[in-house]
Amino acid sequence: MSDPLHKDQDLRADDGPIEESQKTSETPLLNVSELRSGYGPIEVLKGISLHVNAGEIVTVIGANGAGKTTTLMTVSGCVKIRGGDITFDGRSLTGIPAHEIVKLGMAQSPEGRKIFPRLTVLENLQMGAFTVRDQVRVREDIEKAYHYFPILKDRQKQLGGTLSGGEQQMLAIARALMIRPKLLLLDEPSLGLAPMIVLKIFEVIRELNREGMSVLLVEQNARLALKIANRGYVMETGSITATAPAQELLNDPRIQAAYLGE
Amino acid sequence: MTGLTGLVFASADTQFFINICITGLTTGFLYALIALGYTMVYGIVELINFAHGDLFMLGCFFALTLGGAVMALTGSPMATIALMLLATPVFCAFLNMLVDLTVYKALRTAPKLAPLVSAIGVSFVFMNIGLFWGGSQDVNFPGLIEERNLLAEDSGLQFTTTDLLVILVTAPVMIGLTIFVKSTSLGKAMRATAQNPVAAQLMGINVNRVIAATFLIGGALAGIASVIYGLKIKTIGYQMGFQNGLYAFTAAVLGGIGNIPGAVLGAIVIGMVYSLASAYIDARWATAMVFVILITILVFRPTGLLGARTREKV
Ligand SMILES: Nc1ncnc2c1ncn2[C@@H]1O[C@H](COP(=O)(O)OP(=O)(O)O)[C@@H](O)[C@H]1O
Ligand SMILES: [Mg+2]
Repeated sequence: MSDPLHKDQDLRADDGPIEESQKTSETPLLNVSELRSGYGPIEVLKGISLHVNAGEIVTVIGANGAGKTTTLMTVSGCVKIRGGDITFDGRSLTGIPAHEIVKLGMAQSPEGRKIFPRLTVLENLQMGAFTVRDQVRVREDIEKAYHYFPILKDRQKQLGGTLSGGEQQMLAIARALMIRPKLLLLDEPSLGLAPMIVLKIFEVIRELNREGMSVLLVEQNARLALKIANRGYVMETGSITATAPAQELLNDPRIQAAYLGE
Repeated sequence: MTGLTGLVFASADTQFFINICITGLTTGFLYALIALGYTMVYGIVELINFAHGDLFMLGCFFALTLGGAVMALTGSPMATIALMLLATPVFCAFLNMLVDLTVYKALRTAPKLAPLVSAIGVSFVFMNIGLFWGGSQDVNFPGLIEERNLLAEDSGLQFTTTDLLVILVTAPVMIGLTIFVKSTSLGKAMRATAQNPVAAQLMGINVNRVIAATFLIGGALAGIASVIYGLKIKTIGYQMGFQNGLYAFTAAVLGGIGNIPGAVLGAIVIGMVYSLASAYIDARWATAMVFVILITILVFRPTGLLGARTREKV
């Protein structure tokens, strides 16, 4: 049996909005320009620019330590912007704290999942809806999360820390969906998971995108990410070194040699 | 004849034992209020707030000063107690939050040793304020509640009015806190922040506000303990924060630092051990016994009695 992830099947939605993304007149949902950030004396991001248009799946690929997580954490407001700017939905995010950015409609499923180990699955989902006042809507969204990931319903009374890695990843994504985000940031959702589970998760990501959610996906598994994405960026030691439609990156011999193991 | 005497003695022994347990329990409840402040703050910012015992001490002086004024004005012990129970927690809550905002907050991302040493500094500052406020000698707290045994004299058992006060005030507070942390939005945000502050931010939780709320609540609990302590023990002094704080902190560690029911359980165990050791071994050895028990339990359960045991899968 062939590995389902390595079939050359195109995971993209048929109505992929690639053409749309090339329209320059449209203002992107997320626009990162000349962004610099880091930790203490270490400058990690050395002036990166990227954008996500509404309806797109955009991926950032790159080796371990390239700065992908730092990028997402800076976009989410957990790491401070040191230079350049980020705009989301037409608003500058400079100086806006992380918890306010969530309210603008941006959610993240962070690297390492970071679920709450001593809260139940249900409570984890409720935390995801912390900024949502309407409890009817919260209950609906929990049901919707269970529809995407039925295993979470079976586990709803269990503590987050007792879930398997794959279940924790599903919970992390489901939790991020609770605010009905316009933009979903995903950091290494495939890391350490069995291929079947990865496939399941990526199918949900594609389904969410088809329903209109924009996605910024960070992956070390470049092949997988490029297959699902409309466009991709290649990141090396804090800089963007290449960007192209995902299909082009997949066919680029240099990318194949460096990131696709060919 | 010998048999009968034996029976009487046995029964006197049992009465003695029960009385010791009642003392242990009320002491434990008092420590629990202080221990909760240590454990909640530790749970959320991983800071051992060494100044917490001295905050409790300042609460005692605040209650004393306020109580004296209200008593002089109204002459009503009930009104005085009620006002002390309302105002002292507010005083301690805001003082605790103020220290967090002015001292610890700036050190949030600094190495853990920096806020710890600062907390020791704050502890000394508080002690000096206490020294100015109350003088170097122990001060008597007004006996606003008549100390009276509530049980029949011939039962040989002792459960006094101040014992009842301790239970009446602390039990609802602890039950209320448990419900608050378990079911309210802020309570859940506190647990989430304690378990993963970065993820909490990503959920839209204002972590700084949650931390401030934790200092407020921890301070308020210490303030309640201050009033109860004054009314029950009736002697306060500027150095009282150190020892009481140490017992309460030990209780928090024993129960599993960061764990709320654990702090209550740890405090009851410590109150019991202290009381039983004082009665049956020697009062001078009671403190040593408390720590013998602590170390023994930690050897077998390093995370404390109710400390987190869930493996966190990465
Ligand atoms: N909290 C941190 N403090 C200091 N340096 C960090 C921290 N997180 C990441 N780094 C450093 O920043 C660089 C980029 O890391 P990261 O953004 O995690 O890369 P990636 O997600 O692409 O693997 C690495 O050199 C890493 O060591
Ligand atoms: Mg990373």
